[in-house]
Parts: sequence; structure tokens; C-alpha cells
Amino acid sequence: MPKSWQKESVIVIAIALILVYALPFAINTFTLSILLIYGMLGLSLGLIWGFGGILCFGQTAFFGLGAYAYAISAINIGESTLPLIFSILVPAAFAALMGAMMFYGRLADVYLGVITLVVTLILFKFINSTASPIYVIGEARLGGYNGIPGFQTLNIPGRPDDYIWGDAFYYFCFAALVIVYLLVSWLLRSSFGRIAIGIRENDERMSLMGYDTRARKTVLFAIGAAIAGLAGGLFANWAEIVTPGLFSLGQSAEIIIWCIVGGLGTRLGPIIGAASLAYLKFLLGQQSMIDNTLIMGLILVLFVLFLPKGIVPAISDLWAASFGRRRKRLRKSRRGTRVISNG
Amino acid sequence: MDFGFVILVEILYAVASLALISAGLAVVFGMMKVINLAHGEFMMLGGYAAITSANMGVNIFIAMLIIAPIVVGLIGLIVERLVIRHLYGRLVDTMLATWGLSLFFIGCATMIFGNTTTGISTPIPGFAVGDYQINGYNFFIIIVSVVLILAMLAVLKTTRLGLIARGTMQNPDMASALGYSPDRIYMATFFVGSALSGFAGAILAPLVGLVPTSGGAFIAKAFITVIAGGPALISGLLSSSALFGFVGQVFSFVASPVIGDVAMLIAAVILLRLLPQGVTGRFFKGKL
Repeated sequence: MPKSWQKESVIVIAIALILVYALPFAINTFTLSILLIYGMLGLSLGLIWGFGGILCFGQTAFFGLGAYAYAISAINIGESTLPLIFSILVPAAFAALMGAMMFYGRLADVYLGVITLVVTLILFKFINSTASPIYVIGEARLGGYNGIPGFQTLNIPGRPDDYIWGDAFYYFCFAALVIVYLLVSWLLRSSFGRIAIGIRENDERMSLMGYDTRARKTVLFAIGAAIAGLAGGLFANWAEIVTPGLFSLGQSAEIIIWCIVGGLGTRLGPIIGAASLAYLKFLLGQQSMIDNTLIMGLILVLFVLFLPKGIVPAISDLWAASFGRRRKRLRKSRRGTRVISNG
Repeated sequence: MDFGFVILVEILYAVASLALISAGLAVVFGMMKVINLAHGEFMMLGGYAAITSANMGVNIFIAMLIIAPIVVGLIGLIVERLVIRHLYGRLVDTMLATWGLSLFFIGCATMIFGNTTTGISTPIPGFAVGDYQINGYNFFIIIVSVVLILAMLAVLKTTRLGLIARGTMQNPDMASALGYSPDRIYMATFFVGSALSGFAGAILAPLVGLVPTSGGAFIAKAFITVIAGGPALISGLLSSSALFGFVGQVFSFVASPVIGDVAMLIAAVILLRLLPQGVTGRFFKGKL
């Protein structure tokens, strides 16, 4: 196993190196940065939903929390290294609490969806109503509907005047996404990841085998939230303002659409789904003939009906069907040896 | 004394409007185990149908009570035939597909009616109780909700159609073995559920300015009411809307409407944590 993991990470880094220089020829780096950030957000839900079986309707809550945590601490600290760490830790801690409440109560599917949705709504309503000056954390006013503008954006650690922006910010986002992707790959190959997949397949069986599924789900949920929070912190740097809109239901819906379209149970799918749909939305936003929301809704309905597995699994199936004869035989023989060694 | 009366009316109104908002969703979820996340948009479409036909000169009560439910019911029928029918038994997929539909309808409404607020004035004048002014329309909503719940109870309990529907709800295979096509019953149920949503949207339309996205304000409330209510259709609907309506309204009085909404949502989270199967999963078991 470790060998193929090394091989895979080398391939991933090689492809990433090609893409990081090739992509700016097609799209400008400012747009690319947000696509990468959305890709990371998609990956966060792809991890907990596709591999942990936890359908979270409020992934955007962690995204928003990350962004707000960054903005508030950046105003108070005036330097960006610690705030970026906060943008990871705060959502993770919040998710751990929330996850513990849900999973130790043995809530599943729809009820999980309701609670995550409701918590997101509570945050949305709360943040929206904080316009009055009494809502202050340190020096940062929460600002209610207007959001928080004018905080310190990303700088080189220790040097608050050297901002990372423009092309440099794009490279930073790209590196962050690649690192997160590799970490997720590593996590899924570890025994923790395999057990998480086992829990997705059959919760009861895994707990009968002696694994504490509640604790494991909580941890996985918190990891997903940490990734979403990092994406939120980067988003705050990209937009240079954070608003309550980050917690809105529309944003939540979009993350779910990305995962469905890209493909659940894959790591690449949600990233590709997020980036391509966000780019599509960006292109659609430049015309006013057809409403944006209409197209997004139509895409979601059509995918649920006709391609519920998503683009990436469909393409890899197609690939396997047309070119993968040799591979299939290989896999078969591998499975055979495994049976023998087990028996 | 007067103040107490006002508070009582307001709480009753909160409970009634919650029951009204959730009725359509409860029928669809209780009968078919389908969560229709486009419910809020059905209500929004019902509101638009009522306002449009009222502006064309139809009597406002006819527009609200007859035209809006029929229009939205028909839309629901089309949706059921085209989308939902293929997804029965796949709870999460239906949620996602109906969420897509909700976005689709928001887009449609934005293109047709524009992103502006439309509204009509309430057709019933207010009146004074002591020093306080009460909105007469609130009474109308309370009465409509009571009548609606009684009508649902009567249909389900006493008519043959209700018996068939309840039977299908309990065991679709058995109903189909007895010669009733579950497919057609589900179709009819979805029609009724969407019609109820449109009805609720039309009744509430005079109170709120209507924008294409106003469905979003309803869906969360309806969703938590139905889920917290649990498997029993009417007693679940009544108990959870009574609870949430009460909590929400009391906190609105004590603090502010926003705190009221937040308190209601927190109550829902706590309730689901304590009773994961909903109120009627524990109490009133086997009742309607």
C-alpha cells in the first residue's frame, strides 16, 4: 500500500505542477483562485458525505464560520498567520461539538439533514441581526447584514506589510488545495479512512465489530469542517469582505450540487464539480437572458434523475469499459489472491 | 386583561400559521415518505397565482381559496409525473431533486415576475381590543387552519378515499394486492399536498410581500415542524406546531422576532436530540 500511495502523490503533484502553470492561460488568476477555494469547499463535503455517509445540509456554516473567524481575528491581531489557523480550528471545534451532539444521539439521515440545516439557519439569522454596535468581538464589529469589510488580508508570516495577493494568492490557494487533497488521500488510505467507509456502508456492523462509530463520525465531521473552514478563511481573503450570505441556504444547496454533479465517493469529483459549476455560474452571470438559479436547479434535477453517480465515476466507468480490459483482469486476480490469503 | 387576550390571539395565530404552512409538506411526507424541499416554492407560486388572479379582477377569496390550490396542485402533478415518481423510496435523492426543483421555480418566478416585491392588501379590516389593535386577518388564518385540520381529519377518518390512503400509507404492497394502484394513490396524494401548499401560500400572501425567494422563509419552519411531528400525520402536525408556535411567539414577545425564530430553531434541535423519531414516535403512537 505505501508504495502505491507514494506513486499516486508523485503523479498528483506532477499533474498539479502542469496545471498550475497551464490554467492561467485560459482563465485569469483572480477567477481561478475562487474556483480553487470552491474546489476545496466541495472536497470538504465530498469527504464527509461521499466517504463518511454524513449528508450535511449545512456545510456552508463551517465555510462561513471560517471566514468570520478569519475576519474577526485578523482585525484584532493585524497579522494573518494566526487568523488563518483560527479559521481552521474554530469550525472544527464547532463541528466537533455539533457532531458529538448528533452522533451520540444516534441521529441519522433526514434528522441529520434537518439539524445541520437548522443550525445553519440559526447562524444566518443571528449574524444577520448583529447590525447594532453592541455586537463587538475585540475591535471587530459583526456588522449584521453589511458584513465585515476592511480586515488584514493574507501576508507573509511575521511581516504584516508584505501582502500575498494577485498571482501569489493564486499559487497559495493552489498549494493549499494540493496539500489538502494529499492529506485527504492519506486519511482515506489509513485505517481511520477505511473504517469510515465501513461505517458508511453499514454502521451497525462496524459498531458490532467493536469500533466506536459515534466518535469516529464526530472526528470525520470535524475534519470536514476544518477543510471547509480553511476554504472560508481563503474566501475571506479573496473577497476582502465577509457577509451573512455565506450562511445562506442557497450557498448550502450549491455545495451539495457540486458533489452530486462531480461524483460522490471520489476525491476529484467534488473539486471538479465545484470548479466547473462555479465557472459556469460565472459565465452565466455575464448574460441576463436566463436566470442563473433556474439553470443550477435544472442541472441538479437532471443529474439526480439521469446520472446520480456524477461525472467522474461515469467517465472512469466509461474508461474502464473501453480501455480497461487489462486492468480488470489484474483486479480480478488481485481479488482472488486476497480471498486465498483470507481463507 | 386586554393584553392577555392579545397575547393569546398572537400565540394562536402563530400555531395556526405554522400548521397551515406545514400541512402540505406533512401530507406528502406522512403518506409517501417524500420530503418535498420545493414546498416553500409551491407556496410562493400559490401566492403569485392568488395575487395575479386578484389583480385580474377575480374576487380575492375565490383567488385564494380556489384558484391558487388548483394551479399549484396541477404544477405538483406535473412535477410528480416527471420527477418524483422515478425516485420513490430514495429519500435523499428526492430531497435533492426537489431542492433542484425549488431553485428551478425560483429562477422561473424571477424571470416571469421580476425580482421585485408584489403584494395585495389584507381583505379584512383590523379591530380594537381595549387599547390594542388586532389584525382581523389573523382571525381568518386561525379559522382557516382549524377548518383545514378538521377537514383533513374528516377525509382521512370517514371517507373511503381516506381509508385507502391510510392503508397505502401503512402498507403499499398490501394495498396494491387488494387492487389499488399505489402509483395512482401517490399521484393523488402529491396533488393534494401541493394544492395544500399553494393554498397556504395564497392565504399568507397578503401578510408578506412576495418575492421569488420568499419560499425559503417557509421551508425551514415547515420542515422542522413536520420532522419533529413524527410519523403520525395530524397529531404530529398539531403537537409540533403548537410547541414551536408557542415557543417562537413567547420569545418574540420577550425579546425580538429574530430571537423568537432562533428560539424556535433551537427548540427543534433539542427536541430532535431527545426524541429522534419525532413527538409522535414516542407519544400518540398509532394515532392519525
